[in-house]
Amino acid sequence: MTASVLSTYNPSGFYCALTQGNANQLIRDRLGTLSVEDLKQRAAEAEAELHDLGITFTVYSDKDAIDRVLPFDVIPRVLSAREWEHTERGVIQRVTALNLLLHDLYHEQKIIKAGVIPGDLIFGNPNYRPLMQGVDLPHRTYVNICGTDLIRDEHGTLMVLEDNARTPSGVSYVVENRHMMLRAFPDLLEGIGLRSIDDYGLKLLAALRDVAPPRADDPQFVLLSPGPYNSAFFEHIFLAREMGVPLVIGSDLVVRDDRVYMRTIDGLAPVDVIYRRIDDDFLDPEAFRPDSMLGVPGLIRAYRAGNVALANAVGTGVADDKAVYAYMPRVIRYYLGQDPILPNVETHICREPDALQYTLDHLEELVVKPVGEAGGYGITIGPRASRQEIADCRAKLVADPANYISQPCISLSVAPTLVGETVEPRHVDLRPFAITGASTWVLPGGLTRVALRKGSLVVNSSQGGGSKDTWVIA
Amino acid sequence: MHNILLARSAENIFWLARYVERAENLARILDVNATFSRDSRGVRNWLPVLQLNTDEERFFERHASASADVVLRFYVTDRTNPTSIASAIGNARANARALRPLLSREMWSQLNVFHNSVAALDDTDLASSHLTRRLGEIKEACQTHTGITDGTLHRDQGWYFYWLGRYLERADQTTRLLDIKYHLLLPRASDVGSSIDIGQWNALLRSAAGYHPYRRVERGGVTPAGVAGFLLLNPNFPRSVLLCASEADRLLGELRLRYGLKGGSDAAEELGALRASLGALTIGEILGQGLHEFLDLVQRRLIAVTQDLSTAFFSINDDSAQRQEQLSA
Repeated sequence: MTASVLSTYNPSGFYCALTQGNANQLIRDRLGTLSVEDLKQRAAEAEAELHDLGITFTVYSDKDAIDRVLPFDVIPRVLSAREWEHTERGVIQRVTALNLLLHDLYHEQKIIKAGVIPGDLIFGNPNYRPLMQGVDLPHRTYVNICGTDLIRDEHGTLMVLEDNARTPSGVSYVVENRHMMLRAFPDLLEGIGLRSIDDYGLKLLAALRDVAPPRADDPQFVLLSPGPYNSAFFEHIFLAREMGVPLVIGSDLVVRDDRVYMRTIDGLAPVDVIYRRIDDDFLDPEAFRPDSMLGVPGLIRAYRAGNVALANAVGTGVADDKAVYAYMPRVIRYYLGQDPILPNVETHICREPDALQYTLDHLEELVVKPVGEAGGYGITIGPRASRQEIADCRAKLVADPANYISQPCISLSVAPTLVGETVEPRHVDLRPFAITGASTWVLPGGLTRVALRKGSLVVNSSQGGGSKDTWVIA
Repeated sequence: MHNILLARSAENIFWLARYVERAENLARILDVNATFSRDSRGVRNWLPVLQLNTDEERFFERHASASADVVLRFYVTDRTNPTSIASAIGNARANARALRPLLSREMWSQLNVFHNSVAALDDTDLASSHLTRRLGEIKEACQTHTGITDGTLHRDQGWYFYWLGRYLERADQTTRLLDIKYHLLLPRASDVGSSIDIGQWNALLRSAAGYHPYRRVERGGVTPAGVAGFLLLNPNFPRSVLLCASEADRLLGELRLRYGLKGGSDAAEELGALRASLGALTIGEILGQGLHEFLDLVQRRLIAVTQDLSTAFFSINDDSAQRQEQLSA
């Protein structure tokens, strides 16, 4: 008889939603009836199943193995009904504000005129798309699919780390993980009511129908993918299947007289709504990058003429930018007259003198991020930086304060995770998915990513991250 | 819901079927060759397998002799050889991956597992003690694929393209099998009628799973004309060229009628002509005019059908075979 799952588990000072508080007592008791040995056995079976299905992401650096299974941790992440209700309201508020912001930026720009957001922050952003200026979208919805990255701090407070308003991925893992849990752990779920996640595809299709060009009374939908070599191709397949729509690649589509068609065995067939999983830059070589082989020449002409809907809209990248992120609490107050339900991670906007002074005074405790850079470049993590690095950072801040924000170091919450022979705390985040057509719906739960390396805060799949099933108790 | 098949998907499903069929045929041929094909000195001769696939030139550029282990590696595990089983299943999977939205979970999963198992084969598996079992597993995996396809693939336009691919490939494989054996065996006048000769023809029938049906149907015993006639013209044998051509002809007609497709008349005409040519002559007449010439004509017609299908349905400008090469590159 080996140890039961949680008997030796110790969150080591971090917040752990599963083992702290009493909302999850029932699930803790259930896990207590399982041995680590049993858990390992079932995890291995689940892993084998994933492998058989080729549920994979692509690792570009590893040319011999383009297909790799995203590690799956079998201990679920659990959210109580009350926690979820709060999260859901917060996500809806956030997405509503993002859509209001985008409509305003591409029309009257009242928020800039009111001095809430500096204009140069918007107009100097490469993701701001001037060609969207004055384009009217159905329901003024720009962000049809949004992934909001949330973390918890050491007190368990949920806060927004990042908005993903371009082409957020990961929802296929949410559904696949659940299906796998249903097969591998029927006993664990017995008598526990979970919020269903089965109708994501239908909700997405309904939202796309909401934004279809008015002319099309029986619209043709397609999902536009960069193709089989894209890291998220598995997800594109999943979504096309869940919606029951064709998966197309750029060369399947053609534009004639500002209308989009797809090549079928019986000639060209009209297309009305495109759920595109290609970034703005690659959508149309006529409008954006001329070297793009993935896109469709003329697509943007058809789009601007109102003959085809794109989801998400073109130009949403200006709103989920790091620089704009810092302003989101103010954006919410400006458009909605409400306080943010889900706070930002406390962010100091260094272009503002008080914030700059605070940052300079507390460099050893703060994370300083340049707003223009992507992918973690140029970040200085105070507590881990050398004196020289701190000095360099100080010099850069003073020279160009507008290019920086600073944030406190957050002690990310943890969740019990099967690691080899034991169950140990590992850091997690949460990405709920919000679907917006005429109104917003949030998939209960979302993607829980877990940093499988001890002490690591990086949950990305390319850097040793895995995922967990996320349960929302009904 | 809209009943639409992308040109690209039609092409993918057509080739998925062809590659699986190709892999199954190759496994059959290798298995039978390993088991039954011994020449008069009792040595297994692997040259016919190379000739059958018109691979001699490519093979001898890289290998000095056609010994069993080299030929087997070339045809089973060598991913750099486009005519190997590993390449065929790799290409089948690549097509299936692009088609995933239209395939059942079971179809994809089985093919994925099959692909992984083929990719894991090594020289140990090709040793004579294991070979038959491994080839049997490959053959069975192809048949499992066929069964899952039958039970789960939606019977819409895609299904028609799948079976068009299957039958065209099968017809082609059968003509190759026949062509090379006939070519090889007949000139050796001394062997004709000897027990070795009968053994070779039996092996040919076994390659096509036709040994016992032949016994049942052709009561005159195993003769070259009997076997050739059976494989070419028998209307009930699932691998006969006549049956494959008839089925392809019927499927294409049904597809075009059911979905009101404008294109495909050239392919239909070509298939009709092929079918007619198979029905017009007895095997005696075909042998009299020259079997090789006849098979050559059949093969050219099959190639023309694929080209016509490509032009009519897979569209775009370049040809289908070329895109398949790019896919596997």
